[in-house]
Amino acid sequence: MAFLRAFGSYVPARVVANAELAASLGCEPDWIFSVSGILERRYAAESESVVDLAVQAATNCLTRVPGAEVGLVIVSSGSAERRFPGPAAETASRLGMAGTPAIDLPVASAGSIFGLALGAKLAAAFGRVLLIATEKMSAVIARPPQDRNTAILFGDGAGACLIDPEQGAAEVVDSCLHSDGSFAENLRLEFDRPLHMDGRVVILQASRKVPAVIRELLERHRIPAASVGTFLMHQANQNLIAKIAQGLEVPPEKFYSNIARYGNTSSASLLIAAAEWNALGRFRTEEPVVFAGFGAGFHWGALLVVGT
Amino acid sequence: MITQERIRAVVEKVAQKPVPADPEESLFDSGVLDSFALPDMIGELEKEFHVKVPDADLTPRKFDSVARIADYLSVHAS
Repeated sequence: MAFLRAFGSYVPARVVANAELAASLGCEPDWIFSVSGILERRYAAESESVVDLAVQAATNCLTRVPGAEVGLVIVSSGSAERRFPGPAAETASRLGMAGTPAIDLPVASAGSIFGLALGAKLAAAFGRVLLIATEKMSAVIARPPQDRNTAILFGDGAGACLIDPEQGAAEVVDSCLHSDGSFAENLRLEFDRPLHMDGRVVILQASRKVPAVIRELLERHRIPAASVGTFLMHQANQNLIAKIAQGLEVPPEKFYSNIARYGNTSSASLLIAAAEWNALGRFRTEEPVVFAGFGAGFHWGALLVVGT
Repeated sequence: MITQERIRAVVEKVAQKPVPADPEESLFDSGVLDSFALPDMIGELEKEFHVKVPDADLTPRKFDSVARIADYLSVHAS
């Protein structure tokens, strides 16, 4: 048994609106919005690292549970500055948790959904699990040669979730994870190269795989998609979120979205969205909520929780 | 029977745009399809031709033109 106890988030102060980006990329601001639903995104300062972002989000999360002891730290990041060590150990130390086991989960955009699912299983063994997803995508997309189609999408930020074996606003009921390396070349980040994304393949695959994994999860529990209160998704692209809602035959309004303000922050986006949504006191007793994500690998999955 | 006319009708229904006369012409390059219309088009093709396209076959290249769609369906549709 595991519960989602608290969420936190952090986005850098610098706002980059479509107009600023369009000027540097040679396109129209309206075009950026029409193909993505994004109006602006946040960029970290050059001196800010993924660890800096992670510490901010985790601190924001932990202030909601003062004095909480953490048994395991998981840090998801696909944009960490170095090959190793990953950001997990440094993040834990800076949070005053030196000595606490800390592991990295470098699976890019699906990192949060994998982290939530795995953290919920591991909480029984380790106690509270602090999951953090942190991304500095602005550094990745700035690498030459810059690709306009990906540069318009991404932003920086971090999200966090404290998974508790005993109590929380929502109980984790079940999860479903999948991976398929057949499309590894279609969405990849190589060392010192810009992000490569074949958008048509990614959208085509995600528009099938995400509704399918959500249905797979819900069917195990005989829950119709229409009975789900809210869907919290990786914020990849507003048009993709709409496509997934269409695939599940549920109104798009059931999908919480903040992509207009932050763009695609890769693995951080799901937890940032969850933190914002939860701050509004949205978990309702017995109401199902579905988390879902999809990303490079491909990795994809879904998590079912119910409000306590 | 799988005909290019039936395929054209499906593509035009989804895209709400006329399909190029040349069956080899790319539906993307000609502006008929974009990334978000492609999943819809494949869904409609599955319904029309009673075929299930497996995820492994979900690549834009296989559905890039009327001719390529016809080739795919001629092998996979009943």
